[in-house]
Amino acid sequence: MASPQPRIGVVTYPGSQDDRDALWALAALDADAVSVWHEERELPSLDAVVLPGGFSYGDYLRCGAIARFSPATAAVCAFAESGGLVLGICNGFQILCEAGLLPGSLLRNESLRFVCRDVPLRVERSDTPFTTRCEPGQTLVIPVKHGDGRYVPPPDLDPGQVVFRYRDNPNGSVDDIAGVCNEVGNVLGLMPHPEHAVDPLLGSADGGLILASLVEAARDRALAVA
Amino acid sequence: MRATVLVRPKQGILDPQGAAVERALEHLGFAVSQARVGKVVDLEVAGDDETMARAEVEKMCEQLLANPLIESFEIELHG
Repeated sequence: MASPQPRIGVVTYPGSQDDRDALWALAALDADAVSVWHEERELPSLDAVVLPGGFSYGDYLRCGAIARFSPATAAVCAFAESGGLVLGICNGFQILCEAGLLPGSLLRNESLRFVCRDVPLRVERSDTPFTTRCEPGQTLVIPVKHGDGRYVPPPDLDPGQVVFRYRDNPNGSVDDIAGVCNEVGNVLGLMPHPEHAVDPLLGSADGGLILASLVEAARDRALAVA
Repeated sequence: MRATVLVRPKQGILDPQGAAVERALEHLGFAVSQARVGKVVDLEVAGDDETMARAEVEKMCEQLLANPLIESFEIELHG
């Protein structure tokens, strides 16, 4: 059987901003990227899901607090609980935390300022489906753009769940944590935007390593099912 | 029945807004410390049974209004 293009869904909530960039980046990395509307109660047949950045539902009350209850989020939770690959970027990370798929919470930046710049990250683990193209200890340069990115872990967070750390903490995150996965390792959230760092023309292609890892893992799953 | 929900950052959670407010108050000459900034949600709950209303608002807090990891809540009911 020919190597299929893995099908990766990107959920669009009211207020999502980076859904199109995520669709573009995944397609550039040879995935069949499909848009999923937030009102969908069931996901189409997918090999992975991306929750994009933005300000879903205006970020009212707390970032991600309302998006957590949208029909598509319930479908994504069921997908994740059955072992599906889920990547949350920025607002997507906040939604996954609010939904309880990832531990912790994201609060207002310590500086109280919106930060928008390239930041160096250290890869802590290369054995997740999202980081197989990376080396442990490798530095990736990927942009952040957020006002609420200060990660506060639960007191009992297993340090082994930390996948990325800031080398130059832009928001006051506890222990410089930039990205965490769930215990099983099929759900990852991070504040930096890999989808904005795929084409070297935009300053860095390091985000492509994360998304290409995801595309590869999704392809392996598609092949395993086929 | 009218309810007021006070949502506060939990003790030990860094509150940079509270710190900024505290510095501004100090700048105005007030002797203050430990300022914390939370939120208030005012709402009208159906029915006039206080026990039931309180139970209902508690459920709202647990499911949506507060994030138990970082926030505590307090409910006030006004007949």
